[in-house]
Amino acid sequence: MMIAPREAYGKALVELGKENKDIVVLDADVAKASMTVLFKEVFPDRFFDLGIAESDIIGTGSGFAVAGKIPFVNAYANFLLGNGWEQIRISVCYAHKNVKIIGHNIGASSGKDGPTHLPLEDIALTRAFPGMTVIEPVDGIEIIKAVKALAQHVGPAYMRVGRLPIPVVTKEEDEFIIGKANILRQGSDVTIIACGVMVSKALAAAEALSREGISAEVINMHTIKPLDKEAILKSVKKTGAVVTAEEHSVIGGLGGAVAEFLSCANPVPMQIVGSQDRFGVCGSYEEIHQVLGLTAEKIEEAVKEVLSRNSWR
Amino acid sequence: MSQSMEQALQEAKAVAKNVRKNILVMTNRAKGGHPGGCLSATDILAVLYKCYMKVDPKNPRWSGRDYFFLSKGHAVPAQYAVLIEMGFLDREEMKDFRGVEGRLPAYPSCEITPGIDMASGSLGQGLSVANGTALAAKLNGTDQRAYVMLGDGELHEGQVWEAMMTSAHFKLNNVCAIVDYNKLQLDGSLDEVKTLGDLRAKWDSFGWHTVEIDGHDFEQIYKAFAEAIAYKDGPTVIIAHTIKGKGVSFMEDEVGWHAAAPSDEQLEIALKELS
Repeated sequence: MMIAPREAYGKALVELGKENKDIVVLDADVAKASMTVLFKEVFPDRFFDLGIAESDIIGTGSGFAVAGKIPFVNAYANFLLGNGWEQIRISVCYAHKNVKIIGHNIGASSGKDGPTHLPLEDIALTRAFPGMTVIEPVDGIEIIKAVKALAQHVGPAYMRVGRLPIPVVTKEEDEFIIGKANILRQGSDVTIIACGVMVSKALAAAEALSREGISAEVINMHTIKPLDKEAILKSVKKTGAVVTAEEHSVIGGLGGAVAEFLSCANPVPMQIVGSQDRFGVCGSYEEIHQVLGLTAEKIEEAVKEVLSRNSWR
Repeated sequence: MSQSMEQALQEAKAVAKNVRKNILVMTNRAKGGHPGGCLSATDILAVLYKCYMKVDPKNPRWSGRDYFFLSKGHAVPAQYAVLIEMGFLDREEMKDFRGVEGRLPAYPSCEITPGIDMASGSLGQGLSVANGTALAAKLNGTDQRAYVMLGDGELHEGQVWEAMMTSAHFKLNNVCAIVDYNKLQLDGSLDEVKTLGDLRAKWDSFGWHTVEIDGHDFEQIYKAFAEAIAYKDGPTVIIAHTIKGKGVSFMEDEVGWHAAAPSDEQLEIALKELS
């Protein structure tokens, strides 16, 4: 089954709006793309379109939070974070306001719109803010739980939402707790830590590797910050090798977060699968993933590389 | 002038006098700060807090309060000094200004200072925040108001103009912006660095109700806030012509006092002038 994260997100906002009258939704003229239009249709008085003004929308969201509302602030991730970075830094994070910043069309999910519209740096940008929670739900089922968890969570948070359908890898009954990783496949030879759409590719890679006798553990690290260090350590102490995978640059993202932790706590051979130091291209979702090296095959190669280092030692 | 207004303005004048002294004491002790832009803002802040702001010093986060955002965050000693006069802060706390301890950092921090609702220090952000609180008040059906003070140099920031459009679009008649128009900034005069041109026409054309006053004339300040409250069709801006360093002879209209602390001798002279 495939679900577009944004579709599930729009529906989740409507559910949340029914449960909690303090929820307000702000958008920067992309409501039909972000699917916040669904919320607008049901709760027009709690929906605010601020036009193409990403710096302003962050500050306005922060004002709502000052007044006790729970604002979900939406725009394309690269424009929202690029134009609103300093506003997020001061008016949200330093001020410690309860603002939910939702970055849309993440990774390669804008497809043929091309490089200007493909945010591959947003995890790095948001992870650097003191006190910011950073989440990338793994699929259209998990995102519904993530939206509810975000509303319960008090404090600044950033969530990545993709535009195009991605495989569903979790079930309704699976637990989602901010900051607590989910192990989707047990294994003993290598730990694969992934987020978002790359989790499904990690699972495919693990399946292929198992046919070659390699047992890979796959962790859905839906919360990139705060990182579930306990889960990482437990798995890596068992496997002794780690590969990360993300629909994001290899600079400053999930791989960076895991490397920062493990290099100090428990160094093991590691590879980071992600976009290299480059921009995206125009193309279909799958074509861009091929060009950027965001594939199950790349994860398999990375696993074999880290394991070769272990056997060499 | 009505008797009640006259009395209110006498009280505001007394507040302003103490505020000016305390701005100088704080910046002298800390050996840093921005006295020029504090002194230009002082009279407006004194009238606003003393005569208009619905706040409760015993319960700074009272949910029914009016909001004030100091978008030109470098002038926060003026706000601290006003908050002392209003009973939010203790006079003794002035020793902590810009220090590692205490509750009075160099720029506003809403986490640690009672009576301050938003951090600032990066210019251009306050009006957006004021709009958010004003929209929330509308949604809640309350008559709470949001005030925001902007520096004139701060108007170079693009976010301000985004936010101006937002206030006007949503007809936020509970938003009142004040421009502390002292015509000097860090690098020199506003007109040298980058002119604002016809500032009143700019706000007018953005759909704001515009009031232009002498920002050191207490009666004009008082009436301008009353006019803002009475105006129902949209947001009001008070363009307040002020003098940087107002009240201290050697600081007035001197660009060098944007960011400089008075020495002990200078403090003594200034305090004499103000007494």
